[in-house]
Amino acid sequence: MARKILYQDAINEALDQEMARDDSIIVMGEDVVGGTGANGEMDAWGGVLGVTKGLYGKYGDRIMDSPISESALVGAAVGAAATGMRPVCELMFIDFMGVCFDQIYNQAAKFRYMFGGKAKTPVVIRTMYGAGFRAAAQHSQCLYNIFTHVPGLKVVMPSSPYDAKGLLIQAIRDDDPVIFCEHKALYATEGDVPEESYAIPFGEANIVREGDDVTIVALGRMVRFAAKAADTLAADGIDCEIIDPRTTSPLDEDTILESVENTGRLVVVDEANPRCSMATDIASLVAQKGFGYLQAPIEMVTAPHTPVPFSGALEDLYIPSPEKIESAVRKTADYGN
Amino acid sequence: MSNTTITAITMPKWGLSMVEGKVIEWLVEENADVAVGDEILDIETEKIANTFEALDGGVLRRKVAEADQTLPIGALLGVLAEPDTADADIDAFIEDFQASYVPPEIVEGEEAAISYEWADIDDYKIRYLRMGEGDRNIVLVHGFGGDLDRWLFTQGPLSASANVYALDLPGHGQSTKTVGDGSVAAMASIVTKFMDHIGVEHAHLIGHSLGGAVAIQTAIADPDKVDALSLIATAGIGTEINGTYINGFVEAESRREIKPLLQQLVGDPSLINRNLIDDILKYKRLDGVTEALRTIASEFLDGDRQTVDLRHHLASVSIPVRVIWGSADQIIPAGHADNLPDNVSVKVIEGFGHLVHVEAASEVNKLLQG
Repeated sequence: MARKILYQDAINEALDQEMARDDSIIVMGEDVVGGTGANGEMDAWGGVLGVTKGLYGKYGDRIMDSPISESALVGAAVGAAATGMRPVCELMFIDFMGVCFDQIYNQAAKFRYMFGGKAKTPVVIRTMYGAGFRAAAQHSQCLYNIFTHVPGLKVVMPSSPYDAKGLLIQAIRDDDPVIFCEHKALYATEGDVPEESYAIPFGEANIVREGDDVTIVALGRMVRFAAKAADTLAADGIDCEIIDPRTTSPLDEDTILESVENTGRLVVVDEANPRCSMATDIASLVAQKGFGYLQAPIEMVTAPHTPVPFSGALEDLYIPSPEKIESAVRKTADYGN
Repeated sequence: MSNTTITAITMPKWGLSMVEGKVIEWLVEENADVAVGDEILDIETEKIANTFEALDGGVLRRKVAEADQTLPIGALLGVLAEPDTADADIDAFIEDFQASYVPPEIVEGEEAAISYEWADIDDYKIRYLRMGEGDRNIVLVHGFGGDLDRWLFTQGPLSASANVYALDLPGHGQSTKTVGDGSVAAMASIVTKFMDHIGVEHAHLIGHSLGGAVAIQTAIADPDKVDALSLIATAGIGTEINGTYINGFVEAESRREIKPLLQQLVGDPSLINRNLIDDILKYKRLDGVTEALRTIASEFLDGDRQTVDLRHHLASVSIPVRVIWGSADQIIPAGHADNLPDNVSVKVIEGFGHLVHVEAASEVNKLLQG
């Protein structure tokens, strides 16, 4: 039955239940056991935030700490996947993708295609993204759009504990490489999660809230910000429909287009930088396939085209806020009036 | 000044988890005469939208709640009074009500506080919910793909004068997601064992759809356990069934696939709201559910035909049998209520679909209590 647990515990539970079900699943990454070299299992902290805590005690050597070398760890995971394992590897920060990108985009993403469908690469790469932690320009980025650009990768962005568990289970069972993006600011959020195992299919958007006036498409942490804005706007009689695509690849185009067909107005909220982003991608989708539905220009709420600032005051201004979403919705709702 | 003729219309509590409701629209004008049972408001809850029927009669002197307003249970929606009651008295009544009204405290995780119970029966963990006190016992058996929450509008009202138990059949709700051979007979034996488990020697069985067939089979197998049968849009007494719906429901993975199917369950498709669809998708995503539903469907379905026909047994049971149907049922035709033996009382309610006990809850509840 459902009970309230944290986003990070939902991830832990998905790993635990799947590892119990299938021996071929292994977990590897920097510090995922934690405390290696210290004495005993009590020191197995389970990653910097404790997301994998408890798994080492249960599954022993199937949880592996790796050297601090993303190219080695991701390469090993991709190789293990190609030869019959189902590795879940952790790229601690999405910002570190640069050093292991060949293993991801030019190897893992290509195997099924280049080997005529005879190879599969069931690897999951869990990774943290997002700003708000005073962690500066090299540990705060939203680079999911770069993975989304690559054919052969599936890209997942859970915004709630329920989605985190169900999408991670689906990611593990999927035969293709999956980039599983976890926002740092969501780990401590709480929500209803069934105890039983369940898988949420990829490419199935969640309609977080129904409304007839303006469609907001929001991703990851921005779903919560959009919900906050929608509460304020509802008090003023503007009913927003919030769509969380849940996966950027595949993308549930139909749900977005159907919603805009009903509302005629679209605001896309994306914490990433604005150029060549999910915001521009979704805006272009609707401009091309839903042009006739639109009653106002599409609005985008994104970070500016700059690195994430270290200054706290600037970082707060950098991240799209519920207030910025609210003002974008008002702008599109008022258009033509 | 007398308030005895002034009556408050308040936000109802439909089901245990309801903490607030949204007024969709008023169905009567101010100063209209309202009789008990008249449809006066459409209200949407977290689970489903429904029509609220007047619990008292009088003239609707004031609409306090407006369309689109969301209010907690017990909040004032409108005021009924006599035509000659002074406006000032109505104003005073409203003022008094609002001054003394305290919205129920909304506890985080309210739903988790519902005291579901669990029974270990054979290899199954069976979830159930008990409500009410009384000498009589009622057991509610949901239909294919449903769960005990489908009795949202039934269990509370019936529990005013009886012990009412609703259970999740194997493969459904939060019960174990295996179903054995998935046969009606196997599910009927679970109902029998469930009654033994909770210490209920005999009960009035109320079954919906497939649950109706399970209830009939229980009465055939264990006649001493069944005081009466109430069968709502029941399976098992005719051959036609909408196999396309059943198979579509089993295989649907997305909201876009399942929404048009669920809309076939009701006369008014707007009743199927986002939360209901989400709840059903969340259930269907659980490991084992699709296989369980496939197994059950393959047992009682052969294309557009039911393979279990218990109709001829109805004439030979010596207990009261009642059959209720919505005339607009798109899953199992209401025609199955025709030509039943004389010992069966039949009521077909005009304009409602397969979920007639949800859509026309108060009318069905009256029949069930009759």
